[in-house]
Amino acid sequence: MATRPRPSGAGDNLKRLLELYRTMVRIRAFEETALAAHKAGEIPGPLHVSLGQEGVAAGVCASLRKDDRLTSNHRGHGHAIAKGADPVRMMLELYGREGGSCGGKGGSMHIADFSVGMLGANGVVSGGIPIAVGAAQGLKMLKSDAIVVCMFGDGAINRGPFLEGLNWAALYKLPVLFVCEDNGVAAFTTASSVTAGPGALARAESLGVAGVTIDGNDCPAVDDAVTRLVAKVRGGSGPQFLHAKTYRWTGHTSTDAAAWRDPKEVADAKVRCPIARLEKLLGDRGVDAPDFAVVATQAQAEMDDARAKAKAAPWPKPETAYADVQDVGAAAWHK
Amino acid sequence: MAQVTTTEVTLIEAGRLAVQQEMRRDPTVWVLGEDVARGGLWGQYKGFLEEFGAERVVSTPISEATIMGAGLGAALVGTRPIIEMRIFDFVMCAMDELVNQIAKVRYMFGGQAKPAVVVRMPHGMWRNSAAQHSQMLEAWFTHLPGVVVVAPSSAEDEAGLLVSAIRSDDPVLIFDPKDLWGATGRIAEKIEPIPFGKARQLSTGDAVTLVTWSALVPKAVEAVALLTKDGVMVDAFDLRTLWPWDEDAIVASVKRTGRLLVTHEAVEVGGFGGEIVARVVDRLGPQNIKSAKRLGAPRLPIPFSPPLETQVRVTTDKIVAKVKGML
Repeated sequence: MATRPRPSGAGDNLKRLLELYRTMVRIRAFEETALAAHKAGEIPGPLHVSLGQEGVAAGVCASLRKDDRLTSNHRGHGHAIAKGADPVRMMLELYGREGGSCGGKGGSMHIADFSVGMLGANGVVSGGIPIAVGAAQGLKMLKSDAIVVCMFGDGAINRGPFLEGLNWAALYKLPVLFVCEDNGVAAFTTASSVTAGPGALARAESLGVAGVTIDGNDCPAVDDAVTRLVAKVRGGSGPQFLHAKTYRWTGHTSTDAAAWRDPKEVADAKVRCPIARLEKLLGDRGVDAPDFAVVATQAQAEMDDARAKAKAAPWPKPETAYADVQDVGAAAWHK
Repeated sequence: MAQVTTTEVTLIEAGRLAVQQEMRRDPTVWVLGEDVARGGLWGQYKGFLEEFGAERVVSTPISEATIMGAGLGAALVGTRPIIEMRIFDFVMCAMDELVNQIAKVRYMFGGQAKPAVVVRMPHGMWRNSAAQHSQMLEAWFTHLPGVVVVAPSSAEDEAGLLVSAIRSDDPVLIFDPKDLWGATGRIAEKIEPIPFGKARQLSTGDAVTLVTWSALVPKAVEAVALLTKDGVMVDAFDLRTLWPWDEDAIVASVKRTGRLLVTHEAVEVGGFGGEIVARVVDRLGPQNIKSAKRLGAPRLPIPFSPPLETQVRVTTDKIVAKVKGML
């Protein structure tokens, strides 16, 4: 199997590094814009953002094809953007407006864009795991060589579907890449305080699912690992596992100030910002500061435009509340 | 009209033939669940492994959450899985996947998802199987937007409704009646789909409307015969599907008879009988109804010992007595 050179190697992957950088910056800009809009009262409902975790989403999705599928969790904006979802339709969805990716039925917690293989965020921790293995089983049955990436957090490894789903994928040798995006916290609780044993990868390995643990804030390293794991999965190896360690800068939801957490812990994590880290690497490779500013400006303009469009968009027509429930027996009892 | 050749088969065989027919017709139809490759717990899938192979007849680990959730995932990429829950009571281990995921993905995602799954859940009392293997909780699922709820009682309906379920793009929950597995009926060589939401009329009469489904249908038929002997003519219906249910047929009947009894094996409190009574009273107005009642099980778990189980069952005699009390 061919392995790409490490990011610190020769210049042939500079373009790819810049692409990873751009994806992370776009995710950051989307979420900071959404947070501001939420604070301004423009976005209703809960908002789970992934500030500080962008390296995982960008690094994981860089190796995926459009027809590869991805299941996400409640903190899925970054996964969706990295998988190619349109930020304007996403922002419209967060605002609950007409034209949103789910027509305003789902909101932040249920972002989905099947046109780019994004099979949905999920409001239930570990809810995407059985769906991912089933999607992989279906693809295998249909003789497709597309694969499924299953994103979940470190809180999910304590739920039953984690055990069931990994056992299942290994048993039927399914094309799934499991990605445990380990941000250290399960909702409001430090995950290590509620997790016995050596953790995510050891649990996966105990079921015969091989993988690696990496620093999720080192985006090129994530990309590198995923490139190799995806090649294995697509090659018929059966499931693989990526344990990506990162850190959630914010509270559980937009309204959680996370005052329960040691501020020093957060300050330390910000020093390990995946975007700043890649900037440094790129700088060492000769990319100039103004180039970063261009990427940031473009990303912010893109998300400002999304916000403006969402703010100006009409609400969904009330009667659309009745659509897309089910075909059989749907209409007669709506009142 | 062309002559249709029919064969007498058991309800379980009727279901087997229906699924076999659809799996032959459509290569994206497949079945997953515990022990399905060895034919299923009751032989519902006998011979399937040999005919369709291990990729389409998947014996799974005892992992109900993933049986249900994987079925959904496989539907989202374009296959049409039949999810076998072995017995209904085990669906409790897969409720997130059924209630939070399958029933909602189409709606939550604004119509992008097509959760075309069939979930088979053999339910009800069966040979002293006790509290965790005897439940009838179909009412829960009528309360759940996004799913179709089917409860056949005859071989013909098991076959025709399964064909409809497999061809439907909606998630369809089939409550196979365990106690009626051996009931026989005649099915055609080519099984035609039976539309959802159409009740089967069991008898006609003008004294009272009797509505039931699943395991109580044979008992209702017996009760109707006894009542007929006493000169009480009953308009009786097997609802067959609970969501959607044939509201128009029941309302039209009660409009004539003025009396409605809904009977089900499930616990009476919070049972689907309450919804039927309420809708009929709403539509006809209480002043036009002489009596509207329910008859179900007492609010108890199902006990094991035969005399105790018998005690909580709705019986033919109980149905007859209830009807007579309404006249």
